[in-house]
This record gives sequence, structure tokens and C-alpha cells, in this order.
Amino acid sequence: MRAFRRSIDVTPGLGRSFVAMGDGLTAAISISRAAVGPPSFFRQVGAILWKDLAVELRTKDILSSMLVFGLIVLVIFNFAFELRGENLILVAPGVLWVAFVFAGILGLGRSMAQEKERSSMEGLLLCPVDRGAIFVAKMLGNLIFIVILEAITLPIFAAFFNLPVLTPGVGLIVVLGTLGFASVGTLFAAIAINTRAREVMLPILLFPIIVPVIIASVKATAFVLDGKPWAEIWPWVNLLIAFDVIFLAVCFVTFEYVIGE
Amino acid sequence: MSAVSGKGGVPTRKGDNLVNILGFVSFLLIAASMYMGLVFAPEEAVQGPAQRIFYVHLPQAVGSYIAFFLVFLGSIFYLWKGDVKWDVLARSSAEVGVLLTSLVLITGSIWAKPIWNTWWTWEPRLTFTLVLWMIYVAYLMLRWASEGKQGARYAAVLGIVGFFDVPIIFLSVFLWSKGLHPRPAGMDPGMLAALIVSIFAFLLLFTYILIQRWRWETSKEMVEEMKLKLGR
Repeated sequence: MRAFRRSIDVTPGLGRSFVAMGDGLTAAISISRAAVGPPSFFRQVGAILWKDLAVELRTKDILSSMLVFGLIVLVIFNFAFELRGENLILVAPGVLWVAFVFAGILGLGRSMAQEKERSSMEGLLLCPVDRGAIFVAKMLGNLIFIVILEAITLPIFAAFFNLPVLTPGVGLIVVLGTLGFASVGTLFAAIAINTRAREVMLPILLFPIIVPVIIASVKATAFVLDGKPWAEIWPWVNLLIAFDVIFLAVCFVTFEYVIGE
Repeated sequence: MSAVSGKGGVPTRKGDNLVNILGFVSFLLIAASMYMGLVFAPEEAVQGPAQRIFYVHLPQAVGSYIAFFLVFLGSIFYLWKGDVKWDVLARSSAEVGVLLTSLVLITGSIWAKPIWNTWWTWEPRLTFTLVLWMIYVAYLMLRWASEGKQGARYAAVLGIVGFFDVPIIFLSVFLWSKGLHPRPAGMDPGMLAALIVSIFAFLLLFTYILIQRWRWETSKEMVEEMKLKLGR
């Protein structure tokens, strides 16, 4: 009886993994169709990125969960901090970034869980694909999803708390902060997915590392909202740029060892 | 002594005597540094006796930086060469480093209570040490949550990423708030002597702990290998 039930439990998983192999193969075919011999790095990145975007367009799995969660965080913080009056400008940038980071970490985890559940990462690894291309594509996918989340959350945030956050300055800081977050996040999501207690591991690994991103983004956003001159904001923006450059390189190089074998 | 004999194909532990001597010498030196710090060094004019914790606090901080640098070296060489001994070095150093950073935070708090009138303040160096501690606690948790060669590779990647993060964290917390950490300027020769002796004593003790930890991990690897050979 028990064996029978187990066979039922296993079958849908099997079916799903066949579908996933299909996903991987589609990406592989679109890569190999391009030319004889190994396709160029950017073509590989494009194919894998397109696979992620196409899956998301059909399921809306990652974006919907991130969006709802981000909104809930904003509402909860409104009650937790009494976001009105004089402390608003002090607390609001922190609230905004915590909402981004919490919702973002959800998206990072989901995006890698999809690869795992449907074994499409295995499919990708079987293809003649550069490991670095997989990293760049996954990172760009995560970056796009989180930036879409931010683009929707920012106007809602502006309306909820009546703050002028829809400026090019805030946009620049948001994109730079998210780039650093997404690059380290993609690397660690690939690690966390293969550990025990994977849901807990991702934030435990990621949060201490991105402390500089959080400090710099919150400070820079607060300065912009406060109308401070750009001379004071630049050190923080430079810090974000430095973080992005260093960790894009470090994560690009080390990703190979994370997904290897 | 505790040396394992070579009977029945069991590998002999070489250098047991040397390690025991190292342990004994570091014990003597720690005792000497306690005397130097608590009795020999003159009392600091402003802070009074509380300053004496400095002779324990600073060597621990120096030791933890060295330990985390060894984690970085071990991680790089493990990914490069794939030899398990580098991984053993990284994981032993990480444990010693986390132990030392915990002690740095605790002794710092004990000092801060009478001097700053608070156990904790979000001063840059304290914040920096706390974030550093969290990164390497996460490293140990990752080791616990993953196994075998895969776990070793994951840990090595974190060891490298964490190390590259250190200067950026340092920069960001110093931009973030003003420092109040005391800077030793114009130290009394007695104090300097006590400090040098205690740094030397603690570094020797950490080396001893690290070697013991390293030997233990190597033995564990050997046991795993034997189990594999026996087909278990």
C-alpha cells in the first residue's frame, strides 16, 4: 500500500521533469539552431534569458508573488512605524528598501526553485553553454523581475506616503542598488537551493554580504528625498558602483564552481 | 603520549610531541601575558582598570583577521587545486575566526559598559565586527547545511565573496557614522611591552587551536575515506 502511494507521489514529479527537460531542450535548440559550432556568448545569454522571460510571461509566478509580498510589507511597516508627519522622511527610505529586498529575495528563491523543480538547470548544463552565460542570463532575469517590481511599487509608495520618489535620482539609485543585490543574490540562490533548510539559507547568506548595498541605497535615497546636493550623494552612489563592479566580477567567476558537476 | 601507533595499518600521527610542546609554551605565555596585562602594565589615567581588557581584546581582533584571511586563502586554493587539505584549512580557520570574533564582541561590550556607559552602540568598528561575525556564522551554517565536495565548494565561494566584501563593508560603515573608537597614541613603554607579549601569546595559542582543529578535521577525512573503502 505504501509503495503504491509512493508511486503516485513520484509520477507527477516525473511528468514535470520531462516538461522541464523540454524547456531546457527548447533553449538548447534555439541556441544550436543559430549557427554551426558554438554560438556566441551573447547569443547563449539571450536564449537562456528568453527562456526565463517566456516562462514568467506564461505563469506570472515570480512577479505576482513578489508584488503582493512587497505591498504587504509596505502596509505592515505603515502600522509598525506610524509613517506620518515628521519621522516619515527619516524612516520611509528604509521601509522602501526593506520592501524591495524582502520581495526581491522571494523572487531570487522562486527563480532558482523553478530551475530545480523542473530540472531545467540539468538540461542547461548538458548543453554546450558557457557557465558564465548561465550566470549572466539568470542574473539579468532576476534584475529585470526585481526592477519591474520596483517600477510598480515606487508609484504606489509615492501615493501611500505622499513622497516625491519618482525622480531620475531615485531611479538611478534603485537600479544600481538592485544590480548589486541581484548579482550576489543569483549566486547565493544557486547555492541555497541545494542545501538543507534552503528557504532559510538564502537570507542568512545574502543579508550580511549586502549590508553595504542596503546602507548606501537607504542613505542615498534619503539624501535625494531630503533635497541634499549631489556632492553629498555621490560618495554613496560611488560605493554602489564599486560594489556592483566588484561583485559582478567575483560572482561571474565563482558561479562555475556553484553549479559545476 | 596520545600518538596513535602504526599497528594494523592505522596511520601514525606525526608531530604529536611538537604540537604538545606548542600547547604548553602557549599556556605559559598566556599566563605571562595575564601577569603583564593585569599587574605589570601601569594603570591608564582616564579609563582606569577597565583599559586592561585591551590586552585581551586587541590580540583577539588581530587573530580573527588572520583567521578570516586564512579562510580566503584556503577557499581560493581549494577551488583552484581541488585538494581537500585547503578546504580543511578554510573550515578550521573559519571556526577559530568565529570564536575569536565572538570573544572580541564580548570583551568589547564588557569594556564599553563602564567607559561608554552602554553595552552596545552602532559605532562603525562595532558594526563592522558584527557584520563580519554574521558573514562567517553564515559560513559555518552553510557547512552544516551542505555536504561533501559540493558543500566544500559552496563554502569556498562564500569564503571568497565574504573576503571581497570586507573592505566595502568597512568603507560603508565608516561613511555611515562617526567613529568613537579609542586610538592608542603615545603608549607607555610598560603598556606596549604588555601588549606585545599578549599579542604574541594569543597568536601562539590560536596557532595551537588551529593545528588541533586541522588535525581533527584531517582525521575525520581519513575516517570517511576508510568507510568508503570498506564499502559503507
